[in-house]
Amino acid sequence: MRAPLSWLADFAPFDVDPADASSVGALAATLSDLGMVVDGIETVGGGLEGVVVARVTELEAIEGADRIRRVLVDAGEAELVQVVCGAWNFAPGDLVPLARVGAVLPGDFAITERRMRGVASAGMLCSGRELRLSDDGAGIMVLRGADPEPGTPLVEALGLEPDVVFDLDIETNRPDALSMAGVARDAAARLRLPFRIPEPAIGELERTGEGARVTVEAPDLCPRLAAQLLTGVSVRQSPRWLARRLALAGMRPINSVVDASNYVMLDLGQPTHPYDLDRLGGGGLLVRRARPGEVLVTLDGVARRLGLAADGSPVDDCLICDATGKAVGIAGVMGGESTEISVDTRRVLLEAANFEPMAIARTSRRLGLRSEASVRFERGADPEGIPRAVARFCQLVAAAGDGTGPAVGELADVRAPAPPRRPVRVRVERVNAVLGTDLDEEAVGAYLAPIGFEVRPGGPGALEVGIPSFRPDASREIDVIEEVARHHGYSRIARTRPASPRVGALTSYQADRRRVLEVLAGTGATEAWTPTLLGPDDHRRAGLGGPSLEVDNPLAREESVLRRCLLPGLLGALHRNASHRHGRVRLCEVGHVFAWPPEGQVLPDEREHLGVALAGPGDDARAAVVVWRALADALRLERVDLVAEPLGPAGALLAAGAPSAGAPSWADAPPSAGGPWPAGGPPGGSSSDPSGATPSGPSGAPSSADAPPSAGGPWPGLHPTRSARLVVAATGTELGGLGEVDPEVLAAFDLAGRVERVGWIEVDLGRLLGAPRRSEQVEAPTRFPSSDIDLAFSVDQSTPAASVEVTLARAAGEMLEELALFDVYRGPELGEARRSLAWHLRLSAPDHTLTDEEVASLRRRCVEAVQAAHPARLRGG
Amino acid sequence: MPPDPSDLSPQDLEEVEAEAAAAVAAAGTAEELRAVEGAVLGRHSGLAALNQGLGGLPPDRRRAAGQEIQATRARLREAIARRRGELEGIERRARLMAERLDLTEVLPVPGRGHLHLVTKTRWSLEDTFVGMGFEVVEGPEVETDWYNFEALNMPPAHPARTGQDSFYLRLGAPESILLRTHTSPVQVRLMESRQLPIYAVVPGRCYRRETPDARHIPIFHQIEGLVVDHGITFGDLAGTIEAFANAYFGPAIHSRLRPGSFPFTEPSAELDITCTICAGAGCRTCSSSGWVELGGCGMVDPNVFANVGIDAEEWTGFAFGFGIDRCAQMRHGLADTRLLLENDIRLLSQV
Repeated sequence: MRAPLSWLADFAPFDVDPADASSVGALAATLSDLGMVVDGIETVGGGLEGVVVARVTELEAIEGADRIRRVLVDAGEAELVQVVCGAWNFAPGDLVPLARVGAVLPGDFAITERRMRGVASAGMLCSGRELRLSDDGAGIMVLRGADPEPGTPLVEALGLEPDVVFDLDIETNRPDALSMAGVARDAAARLRLPFRIPEPAIGELERTGEGARVTVEAPDLCPRLAAQLLTGVSVRQSPRWLARRLALAGMRPINSVVDASNYVMLDLGQPTHPYDLDRLGGGGLLVRRARPGEVLVTLDGVARRLGLAADGSPVDDCLICDATGKAVGIAGVMGGESTEISVDTRRVLLEAANFEPMAIARTSRRLGLRSEASVRFERGADPEGIPRAVARFCQLVAAAGDGTGPAVGELADVRAPAPPRRPVRVRVERVNAVLGTDLDEEAVGAYLAPIGFEVRPGGPGALEVGIPSFRPDASREIDVIEEVARHHGYSRIARTRPASPRVGALTSYQADRRRVLEVLAGTGATEAWTPTLLGPDDHRRAGLGGPSLEVDNPLAREESVLRRCLLPGLLGALHRNASHRHGRVRLCEVGHVFAWPPEGQVLPDEREHLGVALAGPGDDARAAVVVWRALADALRLERVDLVAEPLGPAGALLAAGAPSAGAPSWADAPPSAGGPWPAGGPPGGSSSDPSGATPSGPSGAPSSADAPPSAGGPWPGLHPTRSARLVVAATGTELGGLGEVDPEVLAAFDLAGRVERVGWIEVDLGRLLGAPRRSEQVEAPTRFPSSDIDLAFSVDQSTPAASVEVTLARAAGEMLEELALFDVYRGPELGEARRSLAWHLRLSAPDHTLTDEEVASLRRRCVEAVQAAHPARLRGG
Repeated sequence: MPPDPSDLSPQDLEEVEAEAAAAVAAAGTAEELRAVEGAVLGRHSGLAALNQGLGGLPPDRRRAAGQEIQATRARLREAIARRRGELEGIERRARLMAERLDLTEVLPVPGRGHLHLVTKTRWSLEDTFVGMGFEVVEGPEVETDWYNFEALNMPPAHPARTGQDSFYLRLGAPESILLRTHTSPVQVRLMESRQLPIYAVVPGRCYRRETPDARHIPIFHQIEGLVVDHGITFGDLAGTIEAFANAYFGPAIHSRLRPGSFPFTEPSAELDITCTICAGAGCRTCSSSGWVELGGCGMVDPNVFANVGIDAEEWTGFAFGFGIDRCAQMRHGLADTRLLLENDIRLLSQV
């Protein structure tokens, strides 16, 4: 809200000189400190030194110029002044503002002698906007009504006083501060200045005794409705002081009646609405609920459909109607076109009402229609302020007239019985306990009384505090405590620090998650943050079938579905970088994914996933395995198997975009052991887990039921013959998938040709971090020399190297110190069906040097075990 | 022809020594030096011959001559050792020169990756609060209307809801389900499930239905704090915020609380910190005020306590919250918040 200093001064004697920045700043600081934050300070009416009133004497075209003219003006000196002017809205004899050479207009606009089209211009004729006196920049400001001598300083001629406008940001809980009186009350209290709202003097006005006919059919929506008849009204321009105040406050002056209504709202905070009584059917008002689907054309010319929600269900919109029941306005939001005040209006009916805040808020939100009135009603207007606002309106309409009218009728006032507002008992001890202050009863009372709270003794150590009607936000002890804090000053409350009884620490889940990201960064992956909301087609393009969760009211179609995996997002990030020719990157992300709520739950199955996209030079599925191993080693994971799915017949191989019906969804599996959040997910899901942030149960080992159904088929979106599922060997829990992105998926994301192969890892982070780990206990290395043996086998292509490795490890037993695959060879001598796999084994014993016999026997055991368990033969053996 | 020992004279010895010394100096490699060593000190050397001739000398001269020869032999040994050292130096230098490597001509290999700006900022914020005895708690991003709004004292049509336009899910559930508009619902879950006292911060991703511009994106990150304990006061809130501001932003950065309004706190406050650009002197960023707005805070409203079954007479608490993205922007001087969502490697790899 824009609050001119001069207006605030109507209510309290603020000692502020608009020209003195420090005194203006001090008041601004006071307002801010009270929570009415000053977003801007504008000085007006200043910077007009050097602007005088001048009478136009001559207008003449300039040769060759069709937009500017030569103007001679009388500026009260012996000689006429010649200026060049581009405005056409004035004639000889008019009085206009002339900025003399040397004047500096608001906005640091210095006037200098200029020459245009060869004609000298010794100054500038000004528009209202150039002088910051009005919004009107269309033409020169022509002074009407008054007749000052040419040469009179403009400030003097207009009776302008320099002023300051504070642009205030008023919090939603302070409807009282949406008026000049309310702002002044708060500031005066802090500055210990007397505050008074002047009583409108309308005793002089003629009384007709005529009352308006008003009926309220919806007292729950409209607890109070007052209507005042004014007859003999003449609608004209508002007096200059009033128009100027409205303009300074940011409202456009329209005519004396509408302006008076707006002025009262800014002055006292009570919105009112004037109707042309002669255009009001039945000569009265009726307040009712809108009928479903009823249409009304509002003042802004828009036809509004009322009484119906978007989904077609009926809603409570409160309508103001004429006495015949025809709607003439949306209560508290905006009036209708048909009863608008015009220059011909002679009889006015003023409506001043109080509406149910929630109802106004709902209507205003649903229609997307906010007005100065709706903002005040939805926050809560003062029901007791209505008679004063009506009187103030009458006074202002009278002041704008020619002194003959108007005549006023009896105030019609319909009120629903309201429960009395009870005083609040405020314990001084409680005030201090909440604030950390050391105030006594007297001090607490001294903060409250000046802002309209009635303070009486309330028993030992307590006060009984009556809440003023203009503070609907306050109804509890704590609300009153906030007022004490505000007026005491937040900055005066001593700062202390509570001592947490806990040792602060990350949970192991949180610490491990950081470790995962750091390890990945070490492998060259940069962390991305991709959108949670995807396009409706993105999952299908990424090879993932099944239903996704949709947003009911998305901003855009491409952001309308909750992601179920990280693949589409990271492929999008790859695409963006590729379009800058930076496609050969490694990216990773940790983020939430969402699947349909499990049976019996309200919230979606929400999990945290880790995704890694490897598109660096030479990256492919192998890179994904290397990165996975680094991760598994950093986390000390117990064995996790890479389980590849056998490729089905050609007919069963579906292209990207047509996922198989059996494609697994993350939702197929029950949640990991505990979520990463308190109370384990679903609302009302009991408070069984007070450990909260600890992500997994102590064992971290999910039951075997935790394994996803063996849906078969390759991992969604991954290359069918270059991918595997990650399965915890001990428990069978599936962590996720790993391999290479299916080339068809790359093509579907427009990455074909932009990147080559893309290695991919995606795991359920909760499960990954809950998977069994190797013990942190270490063994001292043996002090005895070790022996090396190399074993090369020709192994059937369908036998995974890993399974041979498991056999070797078992056979070598405790003597095995190291086991590493060091060569893979395919060649004609092996045939199509086999390849050679060579392992290096380092053997040792803790207590002696292995003898040649021992080594030979171990070697024999290894060879026999492998040949017995697999279609494998020792090479060269 | 070895000199006749009977004629052994100082001149003979000098000649032998000079000859031998010249040979040592002339040796150009360690191998040549070894050969020279044999020639000048070995059994067939001039010195050896002279030594053998000692027996033919009269006894009175024999002793002195013997000593002369031994001294000469020692000098030659020393010369050889010196020469050996020289030659080793020369050879080592040649070897090193052959291995010379310009360390600035090394070809680049794919380097380390980078954490997202927001993650780095989130971690340092978390660490600061952990250092103050807080724990870090997280919760779901999809919430019920109850947790996101109602339990936080924001009934339907509450004016504060207009500032938090939400994405609702099409779930057909009896309760409306939405993407959380703040991390506050986790505070409710925490108070429901946790033994008091609570000292916790809640970081996480939030969603508001706002058209993106330089200052707003519909997906953003927040961190909130919650303390519930016996005897917690507004002064504790102000002191905790100040300690955090000093610790996280630096000792020159202070905090200021101004009256504000939030449905879930009473009294409520807007939270400003010293402008980090101008350190409070006044600049364009802070509109010459010296302060920038960071977030909001306040004492937990008794209605919120009632909703989670905490006795507001026995316990008091405070809560605060602000944007992680905004902190990241301040830290890295990033004007347009939309850049955070673009995952541009050229931006991410700078820090």
